[in-house]
Amino acid sequence: MVSLLRNRGWLIGFIAAGVLFPFVLPNAYFLHILTLAFIWMIAVYGLNLLAGYTGYLSLAHAGFFAVGAYGLGLLTVKTGMNYWIALLLACVITSALGLVVGLVSLRTREHFFAIYTLCVGYIIYLIIDKWDSLTGGVRGLIGIPEPSNIGPISFQTPISQYYLIFAFLLLTILIMYRIVHSLTGRTFIAIRNSEDLARTLGISTMKNKLMVFVLTAFFAGLAGALYASFIRFIGPDIGYITIIFDLLTYLLVGGIGTLAGPIVGTFLIVALSQSLQFLQDYRMLIFGPLLTLLIIFYPRGIVGAYHDWRLKRKDAQRTRPQKEQEYFETEEETEKQVKEG
Amino acid sequence: MLMETKKLTKRFGGLTAVNDVDFTIEKGKINAIIGPNGAGKSTFFNLLSGTYIPSEGQVFYKGQDITKRPPDKIARLGVARTFQTNHLFEESTVLDNVIVGHRLRTSSNLWDAVFRTRRFKFEEKKCRDKAMEVLDFVELTHVMDEPAGSITQEEKKRVAFALALATDPEVVFLDEPTAGINPGETEGLASLMEKMVQRGITVCLIEHKMKMIMKLADKIMVLNYGEKIAEGTSEEIMNNQAVIEAYLGGGASA
Repeated sequence: MVSLLRNRGWLIGFIAAGVLFPFVLPNAYFLHILTLAFIWMIAVYGLNLLAGYTGYLSLAHAGFFAVGAYGLGLLTVKTGMNYWIALLLACVITSALGLVVGLVSLRTREHFFAIYTLCVGYIIYLIIDKWDSLTGGVRGLIGIPEPSNIGPISFQTPISQYYLIFAFLLLTILIMYRIVHSLTGRTFIAIRNSEDLARTLGISTMKNKLMVFVLTAFFAGLAGALYASFIRFIGPDIGYITIIFDLLTYLLVGGIGTLAGPIVGTFLIVALSQSLQFLQDYRMLIFGPLLTLLIIFYPRGIVGAYHDWRLKRKDAQRTRPQKEQEYFETEEETEKQVKEG
Repeated sequence: MLMETKKLTKRFGGLTAVNDVDFTIEKGKINAIIGPNGAGKSTFFNLLSGTYIPSEGQVFYKGQDITKRPPDKIARLGVARTFQTNHLFEESTVLDNVIVGHRLRTSSNLWDAVFRTRRFKFEEKKCRDKAMEVLDFVELTHVMDEPAGSITQEEKKRVAFALALATDPEVVFLDEPTAGINPGETEGLASLMEKMVQRGITVCLIEHKMKMIMKLADKIMVLNYGEKIAEGTSEEIMNNQAVIEAYLGGGASA
C-alpha cells in the first residue's frame, strides 16, 4: 500500500501543481503555453498506449489529430452544432477512421507499419490541404467557437479553458492508468513482448491491436478537437508530418511505455523550446544531438532511466552486506600479500 | 490418443521441412520428438500449435480437425507451448509475467478495466491466484517478486513452463526445454515434466539430450530431413538401424 502511494506520488504532485499554477503564476502567456502542452499530452498518452505498451509505432496520429480538429471545426462552424455534441462526434469520426486504417495497417509489423501509417498521415494532410470546398484549404478554418456553457459554468476565460483541458488530461491519465494496470493492459504488453508467444497464450492479437489503435485514434481526435476550440483557428499544418515527430519526441524524451513519460517529456520539451525561442530554428541544433544521446543512453527516456536507477538502488541495498564482506576479504588478502611480500 | 497428425507436410518454397508425417500423441504420457539439427522438429511443433498452416495433411485434437485454426483458438482448446528462446518482460516481476497466462480463461474487456467492474476484480484475482498456483507448481515462489531479468537461466525456463501451465492446458509442447542449462538443472526440469504428467497433463517435447530423453520419454519419434524415420519406445529407438545411421552418418557400422 505504501509502495502504491509512492508510485502515485508523481501524479498527486502533478495534479496539485496543475491546479495551483494559475494562482501562483498568473501570467496569460504561461497559461496559454501550458494549456497547449496539456493538449499535446493527451495526444502523446494515446500514442504511448499504442507505441509504448503494444509495440506499434504509428506515424498517422498527426493525421488523426487533424481529423479531430477539423471534425469539431466543421461541425460547429458549418452546421452550427452544439459544441459538446460536436466534440463527441469529432472523436467518434476519428475513431471510425482509426478502425478502417487499423484494419489494413495492423496486418504489417515494425518498419512496414511505421511506413504505412506515415503514408496514411500524409494522405490525410493532403486531403485536408486540397479539399478546398470543405476545409478551406490553406486558408484554414476560422471562427471555431469556444466550448459552450455547461449549466452555470462558462469557458470564455483562458483560466476556465485551462481547467477544462486539464480535466480532460486527468481523465485521459486515469483511463490510461486503469487500462495499463489491468488484464487488458497486460494483454497489450504481452503483444509487445512477443506476438507469437501472445498468440500461443490464447490472445487474439488482431482484435487487441485493433482495439488499441481505435482507442489511440480517439485520444488523438480528442486532443485535436480541444486544440481547435482552444486556438479557434486551424490550418492543414496541424496534420503535417512535423506534428507527429513532435509528439514522438515528447514521448521518447519522457519515456516510451511509462505512465509519467508523456507529462515529463511534453513539459520539458515545450518549456525548453519556449525558453530557447531567441535561437529560432537553431534550437534544433541543440535538440538533435541531445535527443540522439538520450536515445543511445536511455532508450526508455527520462522516466525509464529513473525506474532503472531505482531498481538498481534497490538491488544494491539488498546485496550491500555481501559486497562489504567481499571488500573486507580483499583487504585482508592485500594485507597478507603485503606481509608476505 | 490426444492429438494426431495425418500425412502432415509443410513446404517453404522448394524446401520440404516436414514431409508426410503421421504421429500420435498419447494422453497422459511424455512424448518426445528427436532428430538431428534441421530435421524439422520445430516446424512440426509450429504446425501442431497453429503457428504455421500445413501445406498438406491434417491435425486432429481429440478427434476434432484443427488443421486451419489460428494459434489463439488452439490454445483455448487446451494446447500450450513454450519457445526455445524465452520472451519474458525483463523489467516486470516474475509474477507479473505469468499473470497474463490465464488471460484466455477470462472475459473482462476494456470497459471492465476502465470502470473497475465486479467482473474485473474477480478476474484479476483469478489470474493472480492462478499465477501463484503455477509458480508454486514449478517451485519458483521464492523469486516471485524479483524482476524477470535478474533470475537464472534455469529459473527462466521454469517461468516459461509456468506461463504455459497458466493457460490450463491438457497438453504442453516444450521446444528444447533444457537447452543451455547444466546437467543438474536438467534433471530438475525432467522431474518437473514427470510431475506435470502426474497431474494429468500430457507432455510433448523436442530435445537433444539423448540420455535424458531415453530415460524420460514413454514414446519417441525420430525425424530426419522432415521425414519420420522411427517411432516407438526408447529401447526400440536405440536399436533402430535407421536412427543410428541418421545420427552417426550413413556408412558407420553400429
